[in-house]
Parts: sequence; structure tokens; C-alpha cells
Amino acid sequence: MTEQRVSYTLDSTLETVDSAEQAASRIATEAGFDDDEVMRIAMAVREAAVNAVLHGNAYDPGKKVSLAFEQTGGNLVITIKDQGKGLDPDKIPDPLAPENLLKTSGRGIFLIRSFMDEVVISASQTGTEIKLVKHVHGPSEGVKEASQ
Amino acid sequence: MSMKTSTRQVDGVTIVDCSGRITLGEGSVILKDVVRELLSKGQKKILLNLGDVNYIDSSGIGELVSAFTTVRNQGGELKLLNLTKKVHDLLQITKLYTVFDVKDDEANAVKSFS
Repeated sequence: MTEQRVSYTLDSTLETVDSAEQAASRIATEAGFDDDEVMRIAMAVREAAVNAVLHGNAYDPGKKVSLAFEQTGGNLVITIKDQGKGLDPDKIPDPLAPENLLKTSGRGIFLIRSFMDEVVISASQTGTEIKLVKHVHGPSEGVKEASQ
Repeated sequence: MSMKTSTRQVDGVTIVDCSGRITLGEGSVILKDVVRELLSKGQKKILLNLGDVNYIDSSGIGELVSAFTTVRNQGGELKLLNLTKKVHDLLQITKLYTVFDVKDDEANAVKSFS
């Protein structure tokens, strides 16, 4: 994996969500992930972008979403930051709890955690930053996993 | 590709053939509107054919849940047909696979409505 960094500053719009997903799909493909992993990475980025645009910046045209992709040390590291009030990850209800199964929202962070290897959420009064990490597995590891 | 739907009637069951993406924005709104319109016409036996739906995000999942509970609350039934692997996997990890009545054969699915 060649080390490189790409960053974007995006408006708080639905188009940003689609753009973030498409950029993630393209960069994950270029980084050598297979189709299933590309889909998972792109969906995690989409969900993080939805949180940033809707819940963080609340579609405020004066607030931006920062998106960065970094390929370093065998990892694809993706950072999404908004300028909202800050998300407290401890206050997110468990979407798998029986009483929450039929809720119509609240699954975004859960899907992100399901699809990425590491997820770090840092919240402050000036916004929320979510860092997503996906490890690039070598071919030998892939064969080992497939044979198990 | 955005979402498209078309509806047809088979033995008193309304089959909604969906294609494209059910995501935040247009896709979710289309699904909500289709189900709302069917209910307003008294069509409460609804089979959502998701065979050509290649992508659903958390908003789309939420809309499926909303459709399911809305139909059920009005005394109807909403079932899912022909899940793609991606959608199947998503419903599995969100533990919704056992909440929805999921079918993979249209004729049997139609017969299963009470």
C-alpha cells in the first residue's frame, strides 16, 4: 500500500453523504480491498457522513464536514469530523437490545463498528471526530482465514 | 441508482417490486410513500420484493422497520421477499432477520398471508 493522504471539506448536505461514500469506495478499491470489504468500508463512511451532516451539523450551511483518507502502515485510516455539539457515544442506545429492535433509527454507529477494525469517537463542544481504521490483510492471511 | 418501485396484485396480496438503493433521502421517502398509499387504499397484505435492491443503509433499514410496524399497527402484514446477500447480511447483524417474515419463493410467500 502506497502511503498517501487525501482530504476534503464538504458542505452539510445529502450530496456530501453520497460523495463521501463514493470517495471511500474508490480509495478502498485502490488500496486493494476486495469487493465485500470495499462495500463495508464505503457503508461505514456513509453512516459516519450521515451522522456528521444530520446529527452533527444539522444541515447548517455555515458548518462543514471534514473527510480525510490516509493510507499508512498497512492501514486505511478515515477521519470524519463535523462542527456540531458533540456526540456522546456512551449515550447511544444498543440497537440490538430487544426494546430497541423496532426503533427506526440508531443503527449507524453500530454498523460502523461492525464493518471497521477500529473506531475511535472523539467528541467536544466544537464537534465530533470519528476515526475509522481498516487493516489491509496480506494474501497469506486471506488464504488462512478462508481455510478455517 | 435511486430506488424504483412497481406494484402488482396476486391473490389479494400487493407485491411491491423494488430496485436500486434504499438510503437516506429519496429511497427511504419512496418506500414510505408507497406503503402509505397502499394502506390508504386498504391494501394491507404487502410483500416487498427486494430482489433487485443492491444496497440499504441504516436509514433504509429504519424505513423497513417503520413500514413493518405501520402496516402491523393497522392490522395488516408486511413481508420481505428475495433478499440479496448484502441485505440478508445486514438484517442478520442488526438482528432484524427474525423480526421480519422473510420469504424466498413468491408463490409460497403469497400463500402465507392470512
